[in-house]
Amino acid sequence: MRWGVVVFPGSNCDADCYHVIKNVMGQETDYIWHQDSDLSRFDAIILPGGFSYGDYLRTGAIARFSPVMSSVIDFAEKGGLVIGICNGFQILLEAGLLPGAMLRNKSLKFICDSVYLKVKRGDTPFTNRMREGQVIKIPIAHGEGNYYCDQETLLRLKQEKRIVFSYCSQQGVESTAFNPNGSVENIAGIINEKGNVLGMMPHPERCSESVLGGTDGRYIFDSMLEWLKEMGEK
Amino acid sequence: MKELTYREMGLIDEEYAKIKEIMGREPNYLELGMFSVMWSEHCGYKNSRPLLKMFPTDGPQVIQGPGENAGVVDIGDGQALVFKIESHNHPSAIEPYQGAATGVGGIVRDIFTMGARPIALLDSLRFGELDDDRVKELFSGVVAGIAGYGNCLGIPTVAGEVYFNSSYRGNPLVNAMCVGLVKTEEIALAVAGEIGSPIMIVGAKTGRDGIHGATFASEELSEKSSEKRPSVQVGDPFMEKLLLEACLELIREDLISGMQDLGAAGLTSSIAETASKKGRGVEVDVLKVPRREKGMTPYEVMLSESQERMLIVPRKGKEERIKEIFDKWGLDAATIGRVTGDGMFKIYEGKQLVGEVPVAALTEGCPVYIRVGQEPDYYREYMDFDPFSLPQTEPREALLKLLASPNIASKKWVYSQYDYQVMTNTSVLPGDGDAAVLRIKGTSKGVALTTDCNSRFVYLDPYKGGMLAVCEAARNLACVGARPLALTNCLNFGNPEKPQIYWQMQGTIEGMSAAARALNTPVVSGNVSLYNETAEGAVYPTPVVGMVGLLQDISSRCDMIFRDEGDIIVLLGRFRDELGGSEYLYRCYGIEKGKVPAVDLDEEKNLIETVLSLNNEGFIKSCHDISDGGLAVTLAESAIKGEIGFSVDIDFKGKRLDGILFSEAPGRAVVTAQRENLLALQEKAAYMGMQVQVLGTVGGPDMVFRNSGQEVLRISLEEASLIWNRAIESYMK
Amino acid sequence: MIKANIYVTLKEGVLDPQGDAVKKSLHVLGNRDVEEVRIGKFIEVWLQSSDEEKARQELEEMSDKLLANPVIEDFRVEIVEVG
Repeated sequence: MRWGVVVFPGSNCDADCYHVIKNVMGQETDYIWHQDSDLSRFDAIILPGGFSYGDYLRTGAIARFSPVMSSVIDFAEKGGLVIGICNGFQILLEAGLLPGAMLRNKSLKFICDSVYLKVKRGDTPFTNRMREGQVIKIPIAHGEGNYYCDQETLLRLKQEKRIVFSYCSQQGVESTAFNPNGSVENIAGIINEKGNVLGMMPHPERCSESVLGGTDGRYIFDSMLEWLKEMGEK
Repeated sequence: MKELTYREMGLIDEEYAKIKEIMGREPNYLELGMFSVMWSEHCGYKNSRPLLKMFPTDGPQVIQGPGENAGVVDIGDGQALVFKIESHNHPSAIEPYQGAATGVGGIVRDIFTMGARPIALLDSLRFGELDDDRVKELFSGVVAGIAGYGNCLGIPTVAGEVYFNSSYRGNPLVNAMCVGLVKTEEIALAVAGEIGSPIMIVGAKTGRDGIHGATFASEELSEKSSEKRPSVQVGDPFMEKLLLEACLELIREDLISGMQDLGAAGLTSSIAETASKKGRGVEVDVLKVPRREKGMTPYEVMLSESQERMLIVPRKGKEERIKEIFDKWGLDAATIGRVTGDGMFKIYEGKQLVGEVPVAALTEGCPVYIRVGQEPDYYREYMDFDPFSLPQTEPREALLKLLASPNIASKKWVYSQYDYQVMTNTSVLPGDGDAAVLRIKGTSKGVALTTDCNSRFVYLDPYKGGMLAVCEAARNLACVGARPLALTNCLNFGNPEKPQIYWQMQGTIEGMSAAARALNTPVVSGNVSLYNETAEGAVYPTPVVGMVGLLQDISSRCDMIFRDEGDIIVLLGRFRDELGGSEYLYRCYGIEKGKVPAVDLDEEKNLIETVLSLNNEGFIKSCHDISDGGLAVTLAESAIKGEIGFSVDIDFKGKRLDGILFSEAPGRAVVTAQRENLLALQEKAAYMGMQVQVLGTVGGPDMVFRNSGQEVLRISLEEASLIWNRAIESYMK
Repeated sequence: MIKANIYVTLKEGVLDPQGDAVKKSLHVLGNRDVEEVRIGKFIEVWLQSSDEEKARQELEEMSDKLLANPVIEDFRVEIVEVG
């Protein structure tokens, strides 16, 4: 299995993702410079968090025109696994791989904290090591994580069960009281129609080692690995 | 731009005369400008240099002491920490967001200039009281500025402090500290290369922003200060991130012989500092400096403080590779001059020589003033004030007031705006321990970081206050399980030309030096910020100490959180009742007077050793030092964080209850231990010569204090928690 | 040379927390008659071109592609200086 972590100018969670996949999970991992376009050797691609192009104009707006992004789109169309975390999620939205857009947090402030997420699907390539309804604890750190989409899109997301994570209480209650940023329906992560592209605001790479106070993030990377192995065997 | 006179540039008559003497003629406008910025307090330390000599700066752990962009200490395995703290007070007073943001940018450049990857930021902030609208604006602007810049760079802001006191109303203090990690063989120093080497500038283009910023930082703030708004620069953290990555690549490939960031006094200072290290000269052509604005004069180019620029002296034959790397990161590098051997700083505009100054005159030539201090009138009067002449405040009311004090309450409103987890090293998070702890990837080690200063103590007694600032920092590191290694400091004072202010500086630095010596934590870097005054007066003398410590084993890190029902609560150290200068006196009586608690450096050292050894043995489950708010607040904070109450019984032995509960006397910490470990803990402490008192146990829904069985104070955890958690937020709504 | 002003505004119905915050501040400052505030972006673009029609087309394209996000934003192109 070979994983690729895309590096845009201004990415700043690239090394964190690389560390988890390479050193914690022991997988082959390479950085992919945003001007590269050959992704043929990869089984999974991570678009990491950070401030690509300084988040100038809009978060992710400029990064989506990097050469690597057209390859990422091809890669996704062919069924490759793509996970966009935080700024990576924002880039996936701008690139049209996932529907919707990000607005500034309702508080207008950057928020760094740990939140609880309800796993809404236990059968995706990203969540197969969890069960539906499970509550996991994961850090967030963003100024624009207020997910927005129109009613029609929201309805479709719900009908097609494409909301993968939503913000909730420790006990799993999904209500505005536990929504850190004002996102529609407490959405923290969504998946594309085919189910191979996930965008999520929380940072699983920040809680994949006990020395950092939590390991729930590993569920997501382990799920991806599990899925890739199964695919490999088929 | 209107031409300034030398006086308007901040030079005095004697200094101007000295410049004429050095030059053997009248300096032209460009040369005068260069002298004025290099001879400002900010660049030349002309008032503080003689005092700074008192600091101990050596130790086996020290790789680089003061004099470089930052200090360096050894942490073993061929690794070192590079760190420094710096002020951006005046710019933040005028434009809080950009002032604070560019303060972060500047200190980060200082660290990567040394070849180190920045791994953490800390911020020590001080403002007026929060009931003032202008203060709220400054506070929220500064925090947003730090967040905006640091978060974008991807460097976690992991610790710091925020204090509110009316002395800072018009002149907030914004001190930013950066810590970097470097392989010892990759440490880079700011030195000019061989004669004939080109000099390159890279990063942002040069504009008219920030001209005379260094001079501005060396004056008192007045009504007219906001007219100096053009002096405030705008930060571009994205550019800084690119510079950071590109410069670290240059160092990894060993392509440069010298690197220097452009900070205060811009090109003038960075070139002069670089050249002076080897007695070199330089020639630069201002026309070759990439510019953002049209029609800039040589004066403006040489004095501009545009942010996010670096000066680079390449190794021979490496220019092309350097340009390739900058191209990759989308950065423009321009060769603007070359190193010469004649010790002269020559500025050309095309072919025409427009200025010529001896490098050494700008740097070593800066005059030094040894002033005479004078004890201020308040000193003895305030010291004679006896807190016990006041009636006691009902203890429940007092504790609630303290928990609601913005100086004591949770700082989550602040740190939740900072990305404190990026880089995935932070293992004791903000608010959870007395210091932040970061793991060092690829090793079992950890580093602990803190900034500390109780400026009220320093104001009331500079000598003791200076000692206490150092002691508190070291104690905080020990409480998270780290051995203190070395410190950096940011000395924020008023106008040094006033004898009472100079007296504060003297006493403070003497006190800090004594403590730094006793605790074996030498001073390896620092910054002096003077003239922190408005028409209302000077700020409290505020010598912020930033300290780093080492944990050999990250798994032995310790936080302040009460864990399990039945755990035993133990006080390390004595019951003390000194209330002078306490937050209790301030919040309950509005009084900031009294004798500062006694400091015993041996006792402090012993506490640190005892805490470290108890922690290494695995006897303790939490540790929190006693400082602001005293014993009662220490216990309450640990309980609130742990979401579990406690019950303690203290035998007051006839002393005043408020003294025992709220004294901020140093040399003490509260630890918890499993019952099975209590005996071993007591034995070990006794062996170390440390007094211990069993106070009570963790558990229950309330915080309960008893005096020999008699209940004297009870607050439900829920109530205390709500007050402590919401205090700052409630001001900022 | 052609200069264009491009106004990027949030689509109707998209929540604007920044605008709401500014509205509240204006109320505190005494501007109680302020009914609504919506915040957008103003972008100036200079084009090396003299064909206004072609330029307009190009500007519309770049606005749709990059300067605005059609999911949440509308834009308006205004050509202000020609020659």
